[in-house]
Amino acid sequence: MNKMVEPAAMTAPTVKGRRIGEVILEVKNISLAFGGVKALTDISFNVREHEVRAIIGPNGAGKSSMLNCINGVYVPQQGTISFRGKTFSHMNSRQVAEMGVARTFQNLALFKGMSVLDNIMTGRNLRMKTNLFQQAIRWGAAEREESEHRLFVEKIIDFLEIQAYRKTPVGRLPYGLQKRVDLGRALAMEPKVLLLDEPMAGMNVEEKQDMCRFILDVNDEFGTTIVLIEHDMGVVMDISDRVVVLDYGKKIGDGAPDEVRANPDVISAYLGTSH
Amino acid sequence: MGFLLETIIGGLMTGMLYSLVALGFVLIFKASGVFNFAQGAMVLFAALAMARFSEWIPKGLGFDNKLLANLLAFAAAMVVMVAVAWLIERLCLSRLVNQEGITLLMATLGITYFLDGLGQTIFGNDIYKIDIGLPKDPLFLFESLFQGGVLVGKEDLYAALIAAALVLLLSLFFQYTTTGRALRAVADDHQAAQSIGIPLNRIWVIVWSVAGFTALVAGIIWGSKLGVQFSLSLVALKALPVVILGGLTSVPGAIIGGLIIGVGEKVSEVYLGPHIGGGIEIWFGYVLVLFVLLVRPQGLFGEKIIDRV
Amino acid sequence: MLYRENGQFKTTYRADEQIFPIAQDRIFIAALLAFAFLVVPLTAPEYLFRAILIPFLILSLAALGLNILVGYCGQISLGTGAFMAVGAYAAYNFQVRIEGMPLVGSILLGGLCSTAVGILFGIPSLRIKGLYLAVATLAAQFFVDWSFLRIKWFTNNSSSGSVSVAGLNVFGLPIETPAHKYLFCLAFVALFALLAKNLVRSHIGREWMAIRDMDVAAAVIGIRPVYAKLTAFAVSSFIVGVAGALWGFVHLGSWEPAAFNIDRSFQLLFMVIIGGLGSIMGSFFGAAFIVVLPIVLDNLPYWFGIPIDTALASHMTNMIFGALIVFFLIVEPHGLAKLWSIAKEKLRLWPFPH
Repeated sequence: MNKMVEPAAMTAPTVKGRRIGEVILEVKNISLAFGGVKALTDISFNVREHEVRAIIGPNGAGKSSMLNCINGVYVPQQGTISFRGKTFSHMNSRQVAEMGVARTFQNLALFKGMSVLDNIMTGRNLRMKTNLFQQAIRWGAAEREESEHRLFVEKIIDFLEIQAYRKTPVGRLPYGLQKRVDLGRALAMEPKVLLLDEPMAGMNVEEKQDMCRFILDVNDEFGTTIVLIEHDMGVVMDISDRVVVLDYGKKIGDGAPDEVRANPDVISAYLGTSH
Repeated sequence: MGFLLETIIGGLMTGMLYSLVALGFVLIFKASGVFNFAQGAMVLFAALAMARFSEWIPKGLGFDNKLLANLLAFAAAMVVMVAVAWLIERLCLSRLVNQEGITLLMATLGITYFLDGLGQTIFGNDIYKIDIGLPKDPLFLFESLFQGGVLVGKEDLYAALIAAALVLLLSLFFQYTTTGRALRAVADDHQAAQSIGIPLNRIWVIVWSVAGFTALVAGIIWGSKLGVQFSLSLVALKALPVVILGGLTSVPGAIIGGLIIGVGEKVSEVYLGPHIGGGIEIWFGYVLVLFVLLVRPQGLFGEKIIDRV
Repeated sequence: MLYRENGQFKTTYRADEQIFPIAQDRIFIAALLAFAFLVVPLTAPEYLFRAILIPFLILSLAALGLNILVGYCGQISLGTGAFMAVGAYAAYNFQVRIEGMPLVGSILLGGLCSTAVGILFGIPSLRIKGLYLAVATLAAQFFVDWSFLRIKWFTNNSSSGSVSVAGLNVFGLPIETPAHKYLFCLAFVALFALLAKNLVRSHIGREWMAIRDMDVAAAVIGIRPVYAKLTAFAVSSFIVGVAGALWGFVHLGSWEPAAFNIDRSFQLLFMVIIGGLGSIMGSFFGAAFIVVLPIVLDNLPYWFGIPIDTALASHMTNMIFGALIVFFLIVEPHGLAKLWSIAKEKLRLWPFPH
């Protein structure tokens, strides 16, 4: 497949194997339906700390819905989600964010009325503690807090190489840059687990290389666990440690990339046979 | 008991009249996603047109037949409402395609002020009469069951029947005709409808004309009851809770909402009002709707909004 | 040429985030404030204070409050008049019932009562959105209208709901002349504008805007919609309540519930939309437009020497007003604030065309 994606930090499996830790996130028997439409049926898989876990599958397989369940946007009818040993039957978005799970979105979901800087600053909201009165007066505590967090956000902006656009309203940026801002906003939360929903959709080769580099750097430098929904098989095979395959809301494969690639069910799901 | 029944029946009929005005809102929202605050002003404008035309036409053409005068006045008023619809579409709506909801809402508020001023400039600002021959004497029902019978205004009864007929007609129109389907497509997504070849501008003129027609009928009925004066445009503020209660996009919702609010208002005014100061009609409908929305945020029959990320 | 940022480098984040980062802007605002505080009270004619400046100041304050709710947090409210009424009547009660209550105290307490009512009527916004919310806020408007008319305790048992205040003073300094009233209002407005601007550029402001732009994504990054929406209602109603108290005490002197009816709510909404949603400065522009326009329209026939019957004149004013609103919305839906920032962009390049 497409071998032109060569991320800088492409390392041998054994090096990664040493770093991968215990199970940090686990979903068990998740079923989700909207009216008569079954989005997810009895899905179970786990994610280990520090790994890069890919979720793949044809369009409509329920991948984004799965992430939405983890973030508390959708409430599954059945099943549980465990994070670091604590089990929940449904997630509350704020709790999930506080536990250290951040997310990028397939359709961006940026705050169109704000600049790049402000968008990424919203990612810091959980750590900003001044109250309304302090903020109204600004002088003193609120100003210091604002500058502190601005410093952190500027580091993210440097990392993502979008310094020139920091004051631009996000609506005016090209798609590829907007995707970086989305990633920046998630990174601002200093997450333990980063859920990425098709971060490379609609990008050309150079942009994909950049994005892969960012993702792997985050995983390497900060040890952030990455859960990645992606359609580009080259990227998935190169950078992920383990892969889950979904099709029509059901799990049809789970394991190392090479295992999954050879799985006949996965092959027929992608190449298509009559169901 | 007889009095309660009277109150309820009175409420039902007032409710029917609210529904008539509410229909105009629902029609326009269903077809263009615009919440037309100007509906009340349209009712007043239409009523003024009807009232003055029914005066001017016999005088101008020199005949005395009331029925003929009314028919011609109706036709003339209808022409005027279509012209208004066309102008609104041409000058305002077509230039505000794809703006946010609140911008469109404010635009219709601007149109309200404009129509209010225009109507009174052209047609005058006294109180005018509309007389289309609705009998005004009272009717006594159920005289065998309750002493003295239950008082029902004949005028109200005829009005309610006319309103019901209109509502039925419009429901059928939306469900079963091609134009009705096209209108529903446009309400869902302007751009998508345009891209499959639905002529947006023509559709909007049709919709606003139909809304103008409902405004005319509502104006005639209300005007015949209350006389045509400025306060008629405030009827729209009475109809708003009806629209929301029923759900912004549902024609049957507008009827049921109207009936509920009509009865609720009358019954609460009579039985609850005296205990807390009276005059609660002005907020009863709104507060009722508020509580319903807390339970069902999309109104009784509105479409549920699912947020997708 | 005049408006260049050349040479104005920021070396701290604090400098980069100040309200007016460009020096020319700072000079302009300082001059404007000096003019407003020092020159105007000594030179303006009484008519100007009474008919234009004082209403402008108080209504811009109210528009500021409404802009926070509608423009920054995206919650449509058609019941602003009600919150002004609560502020006015509450302040009245504090002033009249408590011996020796200072004026500023009553006004601020009036604002706090408005905050409480605002939070109460803000609760529906947690479930209801968009147009449905707009109509729900009308419930607040009509209910409050009725309360001040019918519940005698609120109006010190006045039969028609009308009340009046007299003998205003701040710590002994009397506020009687129009110039005094103007300065009193100006002080409030300047202070509140600063506080509001600070709020909207802090993290609470970003939370409000996030809820406005995409509330599901906002929840996912940890923003609590409940807190954001209710604080928006709280802050907005506080400011609107204070404005209401000022309107009643300083501008009207005596008032009845009709002074804060639905027409007032629409008027404020027009100000916010025409001025520019989500812009502090826009609230001032919008208020100026809406306050000055009717006066201009009313007097226009006389300036041209055409006598018109007053009823006809008022109808034509309505027509022109309505037409202007629609025209404005077509030409610049983002309001006067947008036009202002476009003008500044052009000014940066002046005298060069591009």
